[in-house]
Amino acid sequence: VCIHRVRSCSGIRFIKSKYVCVFDKSALKFSHQQRLFRTSAVSCGQIVQFKLSDIGEGITEVTVKEWYIKEGDSVSQFDSICEVQSDKASVTITSRYDGIIRKLHYNLDEIAYVGKPLVDIEIDASKGVSPEEDVVETPPMSHEEHTHQEIKGHKTLATPAVRRLAMENNIKLSEVVGTGKDNRILKEDILNYLAKQTGAILPPSPKAEIIPPLPKSETVPAAPKDRAHKIPVPVSRPIVFSGKDKTEPITGFQKAMVKTMSAALKIPHFGYCDEIDLTQLVQLREELKPLAQIRGVKLSFMPFFIKAASLGLLQYPILNASLDESCQNVTYKASHNIGVAMDTEQGLIVPNVKNVQVSSVFEIASELNRLQSLGSAGQLGTNDLSGGTFTLSNIGTIGGTYAKPVILPPEVAIGALGKIQVLPRFNGKGEVFKAQIMNVSWSADHRIIDGATMARFSNLWKSYLENPASMLLDLK
Amino acid sequence: MVLQASLKNCLQLSCILRTPKVGFRSTTSGSLIIQSTSDDVYQNLAVEDWIHDHMNLENRQVLFLWRNSPAVVIGRHQNPWQECNLRLLRQKNIKLARRRSGGGTVYHDLGNINLTFFTSKKKYERMENLKLVVKALKALRPQLDVHVTDRYDILLDRHYKISGTAAKLGRTTAYHHCTLLCNADKFVLSSVLKSPYKGIKSNATPSVPASVKNLFEEDPSLTCEMLLDAIAEEYATQHQTDHHITLINPADETVLPGINNKTKELQTWEWVYGKTPKFSVSTCFNMVYKDSVLDVKVDMDVKHGRIEVCNIDLPEQWLPPAVCSELVKSLTGSKFCPNETTTLAATLLRVCPQDAELQSRWNLLCENMIMLM
Repeated sequence: VCIHRVRSCSGIRFIKSKYVCVFDKSALKFSHQQRLFRTSAVSCGQIVQFKLSDIGEGITEVTVKEWYIKEGDSVSQFDSICEVQSDKASVTITSRYDGIIRKLHYNLDEIAYVGKPLVDIEIDASKGVSPEEDVVETPPMSHEEHTHQEIKGHKTLATPAVRRLAMENNIKLSEVVGTGKDNRILKEDILNYLAKQTGAILPPSPKAEIIPPLPKSETVPAAPKDRAHKIPVPVSRPIVFSGKDKTEPITGFQKAMVKTMSAALKIPHFGYCDEIDLTQLVQLREELKPLAQIRGVKLSFMPFFIKAASLGLLQYPILNASLDESCQNVTYKASHNIGVAMDTEQGLIVPNVKNVQVSSVFEIASELNRLQSLGSAGQLGTNDLSGGTFTLSNIGTIGGTYAKPVILPPEVAIGALGKIQVLPRFNGKGEVFKAQIMNVSWSADHRIIDGATMARFSNLWKSYLENPASMLLDLK
Repeated sequence: MVLQASLKNCLQLSCILRTPKVGFRSTTSGSLIIQSTSDDVYQNLAVEDWIHDHMNLENRQVLFLWRNSPAVVIGRHQNPWQECNLRLLRQKNIKLARRRSGGGTVYHDLGNINLTFFTSKKKYERMENLKLVVKALKALRPQLDVHVTDRYDILLDRHYKISGTAAKLGRTTAYHHCTLLCNADKFVLSSVLKSPYKGIKSNATPSVPASVKNLFEEDPSLTCEMLLDAIAEEYATQHQTDHHITLINPADETVLPGINNKTKELQTWEWVYGKTPKFSVSTCFNMVYKDSVLDVKVDMDVKHGRIEVCNIDLPEQWLPPAVCSELVKSLTGSKFCPNETTTLAATLLRVCPQDAELQSRWNLLCENMIMLM
């Protein structure tokens, strides 16, 4: 009896069935009883033609719009198979069976006919299968009724998926407390049963109480129950983690970033970091914020950082330069197009403020507002995103103090600004006062920029920000 | 008649909605009338999904009333590039949504009402629903000349479309929804539903354009609230249930567990654009560069919203072939999306030869490519 099943089933099942036959008599009896109850002679691997059922309103033909499965995929009962459309109605066709898809009868955009085969499904006979039903789709109740089993006079209601789970874990359905409608056994019931056996802790099921267990049938074998009592506190849980690794190709903008960053790392970077006391700037900004607001512009710290950087670049133009591919020539860029790194849904994008060298702090703030709103709407243009000569990255808005920014080619320098923290510092009189401290981390291309240049630029930038009044002297 | 939001009824609804197996406990007949408190198209479509997936409609039916702030809604199997002016939508901040039912493209704003009739699959009957709507309109204003066509449209004065229909059928449940124009902005409607994109070849369901009219134009005393109320009353009468509208908040997880995930899914790029059936774009455009005009021919195949194949035919040597092929290679596999292409082009530009002439040509070509999306 058992040998017949073993011979015609697939590889993995072969092993399982063999195990079942040889080592577990109770399961053998279980499967034996199941075979008694099959209503038609169904052998393993039978191909069933799943016909397109009636859609209503007298519709006889539909167009196949999307397949959710392909040949070779395994499906469970109630899984979606395809989407068809008929006269403004979109219909989801679900599978009536568990099994493997063997043939799709239509291609996309072809017309499918009601009552004709839609797909061929190879049904696994080790699961109880409902007999071929007529074309009209019947409500779900009758499905479940067909899939019940009788074990010595007790009807046990369970869907094929639940019965498969029970069988895989060598559980007799008659021993499981069913908490669904009509004492139907649900997946949670199987898991609860397993938990009781092994003492594992499961998230509490909302219905897992009160209902008394089914009266035991006579054929309950001593073996599994005794084994349960002898097992000490278990080491591992029988719960399987079904998460799978997901591989996706890198495309579009991400692919472009890969290219850019690979090129960037060919640049020999050196870093230089410092700490800036922004106490005076914080106060200045508080005073100027309402003035900018009246003019309809939101004033952050960035316009000051950007303008101070431009003033510094006037003194150290090599930081606003570009080295050609062959490293033969350095081009000193006339415009200070200062890029501001922005974090969007897509990732890191760097629009730039053009010609900062001739812009006022207010104009920079206004332009920044425009770029920020376009950036969050995903509507920045190519002009906004290209032509940058120097970049500032305000990573401090997210967090962090020091960073190691990567230069964006074809530029030669970049600065990362940490968050502003209130820290104790000593003033000239040796007293401790509350200081607003921000850290800056510069990276520069060591092929054409040396440490001293970077340090002096940074000091100049720092002095403008620590004493904002000094910016007035050099503003153009 | 007045809309109520009693806590008791909400709880009753939540009981009914959460434990469908228990069956309804209502003392009246099974049917339910609910109205959304939100005007967000994604949230409202998510409510439809939720009811379709979770409610047991074996013995009851549900009428769902909703309105949206400006949005264009395309059918399940449609191509947004073919159906509407995506550039205009982005400019005007009009949302784009793809619904799960079939049919054509519609424009929603607060002057349009949406009605969804939920039934079991066996009781799915669109004509009956539309006749109910017409009956309600005639009860409200007997002089209105409205009737249902065999295409499931409702026409005003035999000529103007005031309602379009679509439907979704699942394993056990089905819904039929339709629009009703009360006081929508016809100017915006006609401008957003006109596609500027040329050269698209697709098997997606095309929309059938129609002349539309607002009921408000026929009778300025009509408002959306009056229409909603009249329809709810007619539904209540026909289904022998309370004329009582239960308000439902589409963001409330306690009443609709899992709804926020559904809302999020409807907003993903993969759903809105990625579900477009495979199509090809074959077009040419002129570029004006300095003193010359160039002809550019572009051929692209787009599948799942991504560029599968890309071909750009430029005048010879206008761009170095290596640079051009770099662009084509990067576009392949990329989303057919202006934002994606813009950031891609700008990023790639960093590793191109730093020649001002070349860079301005690159930018010009990319801007024109972006116009196709």
